[in-house]
Amino acid sequence: MAEIRFTKEHEWIRIEGDTGTVGISDYAQGQLGDVVFVEVPEVGKKVSKGAQAAVVESVKAASEVYAPVSGEVTAANAALAGNPGLVNASAMGDGWFFKLKLSNKAELGELMDEAAYKAYVAGLG
Amino acid sequence: MDKSQGRTARPDAAPAAEIVTASGHRGLQTEEKLIFEQGEPGRTGVDLPAPPKVADRLNGLKRQRPVGLPGLSEPQVIRHFTRLSQKNYAIDSGLYPLGSCTMKHNPRLNEKMARLPGLADIHPLQPVSTVQGALELMDRLAHWLKTLTGMPAVALTPGAGAHGEFCGMVAIRAALDAKGQQSRKRVLVPESAHGTNPATAAACGFTVDAIPADDRGRVDLAAFKAKLGPDVAAIMLTNPNTCGLFEPDIVTIAKALHEAGGYFYCDGANFNAIAGRVRPADLGIDAMHINLHKTFSTPHGGGGPGSGPVVFSEALAPYVPLPYVVHGKDGFRLVEGREGKAEPLGRLKTFHGQMGMFVRALTYMLSHGADGIRQASEDAVLNANYLLARLKDVMSPAFDGPCMHECLFDDSFLKDTGVSTLDFAKALIDEGFHPMTMYFPLVVHGALLIEPTESETRASLDEFVGSLRSLATRAKQGEAASFHAAPRLTPRRRLDETRAARQPVLRWKPAAPTRQAAE
Repeated sequence: MAEIRFTKEHEWIRIEGDTGTVGISDYAQGQLGDVVFVEVPEVGKKVSKGAQAAVVESVKAASEVYAPVSGEVTAANAALAGNPGLVNASAMGDGWFFKLKLSNKAELGELMDEAAYKAYVAGLG
Repeated sequence: MDKSQGRTARPDAAPAAEIVTASGHRGLQTEEKLIFEQGEPGRTGVDLPAPPKVADRLNGLKRQRPVGLPGLSEPQVIRHFTRLSQKNYAIDSGLYPLGSCTMKHNPRLNEKMARLPGLADIHPLQPVSTVQGALELMDRLAHWLKTLTGMPAVALTPGAGAHGEFCGMVAIRAALDAKGQQSRKRVLVPESAHGTNPATAAACGFTVDAIPADDRGRVDLAAFKAKLGPDVAAIMLTNPNTCGLFEPDIVTIAKALHEAGGYFYCDGANFNAIAGRVRPADLGIDAMHINLHKTFSTPHGGGGPGSGPVVFSEALAPYVPLPYVVHGKDGFRLVEGREGKAEPLGRLKTFHGQMGMFVRALTYMLSHGADGIRQASEDAVLNANYLLARLKDVMSPAFDGPCMHECLFDDSFLKDTGVSTLDFAKALIDEGFHPMTMYFPLVVHGALLIEPTESETRASLDEFVGSLRSLATRAKQGEAASFHAAPRLTPRRRLDETRAARQPVLRWKPAAPTRQAAE
């Protein structure tokens, strides 16, 4: 059973074994509006927790997407280049950004679970 | 909306979008090839004598491949660039309602004055005794800016609005440091401020603390007061703000801020709404830039350059950057170093600032007079309120009116229509108008920000309103597909603007191998 964690910056990471799939939350895509461009990291890139890993640009704003935890990029979602709207249509599914091989699973403990994230978003008004 | 006149201009023909021509041209709108595609090797528009035989002294630096310039005759070049210019949309061709940008008419008198040889042909390194008129012009412009704002000092040199912000915030940093208050590092920036404000504060080494907007689109006064403290350096507030609304609590904000030891930076980009009506000094402002290119009708939006003088209060006056003009017994002169009690910031720009824009702005001031400047502000506000009143039943105003020089709508009137703000703006192009500003300010969902300026007649506004009302009605009647296809009547249809910026194709490659490549 995969578990999912969220950051305060509205990234999600779904953990399966040593690998995590990263994207932005449904709340984040709603705030951004129509996504028109996504830049994903190259496979093999090492990212540390909180470092910029990807870029998402909507009709409103360009935003950085941060690595929720440290690790090495093992896959990037090539489909986003041709169809960035996938992020709007399926933020938590087909609109994933990249996959990471986790280097420090303990960092997951600093992230929110789904219930905590829901409460966090509700508090943002 | 139907602009045809006289005889029927629209026989029962197919829609224009479906007509195919052999040439690819559409009426008198040509399908323009790249200049490289039009060129032929060896063709030229000039007749140069053959170069004399000289020994090659370039050694290994000699060019190895052809330059790759296209060969064209003079009429080809003239036609190419004239046709391209005709595809451009400009304030000289129609209503340009880009909110926050103030695309007002640039009077031709400004241009005439800027081309006077005594102003156009001088050089900044000439002896000051030979440019007394130019220095007097700068002094007169400074006088007008100080009088209109009620402020005692002005820095003319900043090159545009954000540069002016930088000038003001550096002066505030200098004033704080002079008082030994290096620990004041926090700058309060309302959500309704221009996006450059937090960027400027960060660039100047301050930390940015956002103040939320209240449900009236104004600074949340309670939230502002709660954020005051001994580490607050300044507030950067835009008034009228980016929602096109006047901040009515500005005097209260200034008083509370000053009592807490902070300085008041006002973004004066929207001064064109209040010039001649409100003096910023009376509001408690310490520094404010004025976009000459917006308020005083000098060209911008690609026709620039901009110019962003900053007015200073008494507290910041010693920091006015170099050079500045003073009037002495021998006439006007430039101060280019430390004199008297001044603590100038040094230079922010080469030479004396955007002289050509100074000429145009002063021309605008002198030709309008103080009463004319006041009327321009009033007409700009009147036009925006006219649009708000004529559109509020079919579009959704973000906030209750009256507004200032621009009116703001959100996208709730498009809810469940399948039409987005972007689609709506693109459809406006087919109607023959430049779109309004979209998705800005960020505090409003799917924002549409419309600034008509004082340049427009009632008839022009009515035509624009007619198009907007028609589009709003069509969106609500379920014509989403036609919006998604817009624009349909332009030389190119909807473009992927983001990829054009992110992954631009900058090099032309010839189709046939016989052509020379462009280097």
